[in-house]
Order: sequence, then structure tokens, then C-alpha cells
Amino acid sequence: MTITLTIDGQEITAEQGKTLLDVARENGKDVPTICFHEATTANGLCRMCVVEVEGMRVLQPACIVEAANNMKVQTRSEKVIRARKTILEMLASTMDLSEAAEVQTMMSEYGVDINRFPDAERREVQVKDDNPMYVRDYSKCLLCWRCVQVCADDAQYTYAINFEGRGYETQIGTFFDKAIPETTCVLCGQCVGVCPTGALKPKREFLLEQGMSPQEISVLNTGRKRRRDR
Amino acid sequence: MIKPDRIVTTTCPYCGVGCTLQLHVQDDFIYKVTSPFDSPVNHGNLCVKGRFGYDFVYHPKRVTTPLARRYLLEGKPKPAGREQVFAISMDGNPISNSQISSLWDWIPTDWDTALNLIADNLVRIYQRDGSDAMAVYCCAKATNEDNYLLQKMYRALFRTNNVDHCTRLCHAGSVVALQQAIGSSAMSNTASQVMLNDVFIVTGSNTSENHPIIALQMKEAVRQNGAKMIVIDPRRIELVDFAEMWLPLKPGTNVPVFSAMAHVIVKENLINHEFIANRTEGFTDFIESLEKFTPEYAEEISGVPAEDIRKAARLYANAKNGAIYWGMGISQLSHGTASALALIHLAFLTGHIGRDGTGLNPLRGQNNVQGASDMGAMPFHYPGYMRVDNEDNAQKWEKTWNIEPNGLSRKLGLTTTEILSHAHEGGVRALYIMGENPMMSEPNLNVTREHMKELEFIVSQDIFINESGAFADVFLPATPFAEKEGTFSNTDRRVQRVRVAQPPRGQARPDWEIICDLALRIESQLGRETVKWDYSGPEEVLREMASVNQDYAGITYDRIDKVGLIYPVPDLNHPGTPTLFTESFPRGRGKFIPLDYVPVMEEPDDEYPFILTTGRVLEHWHGGTMTRNSALNEAYPEARVDIHPADAEMHGIRNGDPVKVQSRRGEVVLRATVTEKTSVGVVFIPFHFAEAAANLLTNDVLDPQALIPEFKACAVQVFPAREDDLANPEVEVHRGRY
Repeated sequence: MTITLTIDGQEITAEQGKTLLDVARENGKDVPTICFHEATTANGLCRMCVVEVEGMRVLQPACIVEAANNMKVQTRSEKVIRARKTILEMLASTMDLSEAAEVQTMMSEYGVDINRFPDAERREVQVKDDNPMYVRDYSKCLLCWRCVQVCADDAQYTYAINFEGRGYETQIGTFFDKAIPETTCVLCGQCVGVCPTGALKPKREFLLEQGMSPQEISVLNTGRKRRRDR
Repeated sequence: MIKPDRIVTTTCPYCGVGCTLQLHVQDDFIYKVTSPFDSPVNHGNLCVKGRFGYDFVYHPKRVTTPLARRYLLEGKPKPAGREQVFAISMDGNPISNSQISSLWDWIPTDWDTALNLIADNLVRIYQRDGSDAMAVYCCAKATNEDNYLLQKMYRALFRTNNVDHCTRLCHAGSVVALQQAIGSSAMSNTASQVMLNDVFIVTGSNTSENHPIIALQMKEAVRQNGAKMIVIDPRRIELVDFAEMWLPLKPGTNVPVFSAMAHVIVKENLINHEFIANRTEGFTDFIESLEKFTPEYAEEISGVPAEDIRKAARLYANAKNGAIYWGMGISQLSHGTASALALIHLAFLTGHIGRDGTGLNPLRGQNNVQGASDMGAMPFHYPGYMRVDNEDNAQKWEKTWNIEPNGLSRKLGLTTTEILSHAHEGGVRALYIMGENPMMSEPNLNVTREHMKELEFIVSQDIFINESGAFADVFLPATPFAEKEGTFSNTDRRVQRVRVAQPPRGQARPDWEIICDLALRIESQLGRETVKWDYSGPEEVLREMASVNQDYAGITYDRIDKVGLIYPVPDLNHPGTPTLFTESFPRGRGKFIPLDYVPVMEEPDDEYPFILTTGRVLEHWHGGTMTRNSALNEAYPEARVDIHPADAEMHGIRNGDPVKVQSRRGEVVLRATVTEKTSVGVVFIPFHFAEAAANLLTNDVLDPQALIPEFKACAVQVFPAREDDLANPEVEVHRGRY
């Protein structure tokens, strides 16, 4: 069945059952997303994709709200822009976005003031380097939940990582903060593959960034005695 | 943040799933692997090997110069007692602490010298002893093009069919059974069609560890689609967590369990009358043979409760779309062919074949074991499964290769295991090994070792000096997947591109180039008219093969540039064939073949009370040439033997204790993992670890039809051992994964 709705004043016909994000993008409307990923279940966590829908009290996350008949949608109203800008400013004030290329592009596009929240407490945690395959730098984590989802029912069904803590203290972690090799983790790196910010990174890429040469990296695994104590 | 100089799309060099990889390269160094989320095979998902296991390419032990033994380079007679040597004498001085004659030292040399030494020796042996003295192991890890050329070299130049590869050690039982019953031996459907199954059987396959990405799709089918999975396996593998039923059978009792399922399907009239009438033959004789296979009889032999056998049979038979996926647990037995036939019967009885979402699906173990078989790297077949003892076939290839009439041998060649057991005066004298590692993968390695020593001349073409290459006379440094062009054919029959991500390290050369260079030298020494070795590149090689092998006729590099094609692809416009046998089977009607139960050759007794079964683990791959020279070895650094808690307690063994496992043929010392993953009376050892090689223990009896060895069951005893008896007592990593 098809439905008809208006997006930014343009009348659009779409298949029923699609999200506002799908319909908007199919019709060339730019709706920015951060936590959304084609391979994971959308949860409307980051709220970057919010749009204004006439008759609805608050802004609606386009990635999970289904397009409905006669909806009137604004993707770039003043309210929408202000919300997105604030989201980016809050992110920028609490975490390290230096490797989140897409978020950085959005920040310049939305004219973000990175000093808007000068009193915000930055999340700064030690890099976790506890397995031979990848490192976890949660200072760069914006809690998009993609890694948790691919570890669970979106791909691997392994359930090695999940949210821990509440509110501001929320982080991604293993049960009882165990080292990765001791969890159910199978080191598939599905999580690394969907991380948007560089919080999860292959070990070799990390070492290269730390200034090790390919030559030094390639002798790392040739014997446990030669392994660097990190 | 690192910016890649280039991102190269290629195909994973590990298991048969054939995942798409994107290699991120900076300064000719691969620092990261990703996978596109729209890849048809793996949808962006990878396993630990595919995503992180490529670093063997840079391992310092990789050999990148041609090597020859000192005796050859100094023109001295071959010293007595062939010895394994792993180290290289870089300065020409004898290797210190060498226990053996320094004439066996490995000395770096140049390509001309190495190739001429090989040509001289192979031609000398061929001219002295004839075709039967020559043999070659092709390679399930190398490309289609590499394999095609190597079998061409041996068939066209040395006129022998002594050409085989490790398919003999993995799915030979399945291949022979499928050939007998259907007339074609690949998977009938694609792995991703598991999403269309409502009931499927997984048997003899630890899919989560051996085909991880197919296991993801199986789990998804269960959790998202509500499909019912029946696991039939002696081990409590990860998939059991997702299964509707688990039938824990005793190793080697496949035939009674599957036949009892068939018995139930027939007795309860759950058969597909129309399919049996229109598509099969031999049904009447077959149901007679089923009489004895009552579920109670099967329970007595296998330990699986009769009621569970009934329930599983009903589930599968009543499915709308039922499918069967199987692995080595079916084929690696002295009755591997019968095991696979028993499964094939289930599909014939129910008609669960020839439609999307059904099928008989042997999961192939290696990245290109399907392709190497397609390329004729087998002793009975030219490329395209054309029998070598068929006159028409031989003439076709004589014409293609520009060979005089009756030039090619019509005699069936020796299989992998036979090649080594024929290594003696008057038998096989020279062996060419491309990328394989028989000194890890053959059964009963103590005997294999003696056979290797018997050989007069051995060539190893590889990237490392592995346990087999260490016996060679000349070593040729080849390039791994990241340094060559070509194609792999995955377990789905999908032909996909392999691409150069970086130039060859050192003096290494792609396999296909090495073979052509060597073949030209041999050809000129033999004084024969050329059969063509001056290819412009791998694509021309593939096109030559495809000119005769109709399955590949429509495949060009252009057509598979972005997405691989699933053969048969009979012409240049054909879209490929994901589902086989929709109208008929290649042999016409599917054939029911009555079976008897034959026990494994070596059953447990008082002296050797445990059944040893062998297999693989997630982090490693076969003989370990690649994975043991990778960070993967950090994640799983040592061999472990799985033993059930009840057995462990009886023998006073705790988790992590060193134990000695002994069979009538050998012994190994390794740590025990006390786990309910294995059943009472059954121990499991992965075969990747040279320092505790499972195949020192295994039994070298063969299936009489497929000639596949019985890796999956032999009798062993387990004793407590001391820490000092372990090869690497300091290495122990605690892992929490399944």
C-alpha cells in the first residue's frame, strides 16, 4: 500500500512501513544520523536525525518513526536545527570526536560552538588494550550502541559487551569489567567494523598511530618473550 | 588517524565461505581489514581470521628468497637421511648447533638457479623412471589459475595423473557419495539460503568455528525467522545453544542414525511420493535395506535416544523447506561415503532438494577447495570433473593443450595419501608440493614422515618453511593472497576475485608465474612442442580453462569485478545458478544406494578406552602455516585436549593439567580442557599444532571408495603428565569463548 505525505513542503508518495529516514533519503532529503547504521537495528539513541512532524508534541527521530499518511514533516526547521546543533555541542564537550570524521563534518555544517558547555565534565578513560586484536578507547565512545547490537542479535549472538552504569556514568563494558579474552568474545571484530568514532580500533592500526613502524609491528607476534609489556 | 593509500577489495584467504575483504594499505602495509555491508556472502560480517589474521603476510619467518640445499648448490651427491630443516643459513656458513650434515643446510639462491635445479632433477627422474614416479600436491588455498596451471604442468609435461590436493582429506567421502547418487558434488544450494529454511540439519560440522559467517546466518534463521535447527554431532558445539534438538551421537555412528531417521520417515509415510516416483531410482531395494535400522537399533549403537531420532525425522520430513548442512564429521571416516549417502537418502525421501531453501550442502573447508577441485587438481578428473579414463575427455584436453593424440595418460592417478604410501623405489620418486602441509594433515604422521624421507626429490612452493617444506630439496617463495591476482571459488560455487594489495615481498613471485617459468624450462629440456605457458596474466589462464569446462564458460574478470558469479555459468550472459537440480540430476535420476552399518576401524577397548576425534578451532586453520604465524596464535597459542568432566575426574585430571594422549601409533603431550563440550568417552584435539600434532595419533585406514582417512575416530588412552613434558609450558591463555 502506498501513502502520501509532505516533507519540507514537497508532496511524496511512499510505500507504507518505511521510516521517515528511508523516505526522506529516497527523495534526496539530507537527514544526518550518527547512531544509525544500515546493518544494525535503529534505536533512536543519538537523536541527530530528529525532524518536526506537525501535530506531534516533540521532535521525532526519523530513523524509527514510521512514515504515515498525510504526515507533514519538516527536516530543517529552526527547532530541528537547534536540536541537532545542541546535540553536537553536548557531544563535543564531553568526548573526544577527533576521529569521528562524519560527526566533524556535521559540526562545521551546523556551526557548532564547541565551548558552549564550558563546565561539562569530559569523559577521559584509559585505553583498554587487553587482547591481541583490537583496542578500546572509551574516551571516544558516544554510546551509539552499534557495537553492542552487532555483538548481540544484529550479527554475532555472542553478547560479550553491553551497557554498564547509569546516566552520565553509562559506558560500554564487559560483565564485571573482565578482560576481553575472558569473556564470551570470539574476537570477530564486528564491533570494530561498525564503530563510527575510532573508539574501537584494530590493534595494528593503533600501534601504527602510536608511532611503531610496520617492521616493529610485524615482529610483535613472533614469540611471547618478545611481546611488549604495555 | 591513518589515511590509507588505497583500499583493495579482495576475497578472504581462509575458509570456504568466501567473505569479501577490503584491505586498507599504507606504505605497502595492511593495517586494517573491513568488509562492505552490501557484500552478498557475508553482509559486512567477518570472523577473527578474516578481520585480523592477515598478518602472516609480514611475519619475519616468511621466506622471500628461493632456497636450495647446500648439496645441490655445491654439486655434491645427496647426503643420506633426508632431514627436516626450518632455519636458513643466511651467510652460507653452516647453521650452528646443526645435528645433521651441513649439506642439508638451506642456502638462499636466485630464481634461475632454483628453477633450473628443479627442472634438471624432475626431468632426470621422469626420463629415468617415467610418469608414475612423478606426483604433485596442488593447493586448496591457491587460486583457480594457480591450480589449473600446476595440474596442466604435470598432466601435459610429465603425462601423469598423480595430481591431488587436500580435498582428499576433507570432503572426498561427500564428493564420491554425491557423484554416485546425483552426479555432481558441490553444494546444491547457497549457504545464504538458510534464511529460507524452516527446518535444517547441521551434522558433523562445528559451523561456528569452521564457517563462522554461515553460522551467523544459521543463528539468524533460528532467532529471527523461527527456523528449527537439528544438530547431530558428538560435541556440544555452540550451535546447540540455538538448536531445537541436539542428537549427541557416538563418533562414527552416522549411518545408523541417519538410516533410522529414514526408517521413521518411510514407516510413518512421511515420504514425498511424487518426488520419489519422478526423480529417483532404487527405492524398492532401498526400503528393504532400511528394515533393520529401527530407531532402537540406532540407539543401541549411537547412544541417541530412539524417541529423539523419531522426533528429528518427523521435523525434517514435515518441513516445507528442509535442508542439510554437513562437514568433516560425515566424510572423514572409513565409511565416509556411506555416511554421506545416508544423508542424501533423507533428501531424496522427502524431496528436500532442487528448490530454493532446500538442499544437500557439504560445507567446504578451504577458501578454494571447491575451485581446486573444479580445476582438475584431482587424480581421476580433468578440470570440470571430466574423468581422465574417458577417451573423449582426454582428446578434448589434448586438443586444447596442443598435445599429440594419446599423449595424455588415461590411467587414474594416485590420491593424496596414496602418493606418499607409494614413495619408494619403483614408485613415486619426486613430489612437488604447492602450499600444502602433509606433515600436519596426513593421518598417522610417524609413518608419513618415513614416506617423506623415502622420496628422492621434493619441491616446496610456499610462503613459509612448514613441517613439509622442511623436508624439501628446493624451496620456491610464492606470494600470499594479498600479492597476487586470480579467483577463488567458495563453498557456494561463487567465483570471486583475488587482487593485489601490495607488491610481492622480497623476491617472492605469484604461484602462476612460477609454474609457467618452470614449465617452460622443463618443456625445453624435454624437447617438446609447447603447450603454452606465455600467458598475459591469470585471466587468460581462466579463459583457457573455461573454454573446455562449461561450468565456467560465462565467467570473465569483468563480469565478476564487483560481485562474484555462482557457477554453472554456461554463457557470457548467464546470471549464474544458485540452486541446482531444479529439473533433474546430472546423472538423470537420483539413486538410492542400500547401506550397511560398518563400525569405525578402531573401536575403544580396555587398553585405549577413549575415542579421539579431531577438528579445528576458530582461531586456527588446518596445518597452521598461516595462522600460527599470525596474531591469531596469541589468541590461541597451544593445543588443548577437550575431555568430559566425568572422565577427567576418573583420571584425576583438572582443567589446565598437562596430559599425555597415546594411541597405537603415537603420543602427544598437551594441556587438558575439562569441558562438557565433549561427551563422556570422547576426547577432542585440534590438528593445527605441530608440537602436539593430533595426526600423530590418528588412524591411516581409508574409506574404500573415497580413499579418505578416518580422522574422526580412533582409540586413545589419556594419562596425567608433567609440566616439563609440554612443548611450551609457559604458554597458557585463558579464554571465555565457547
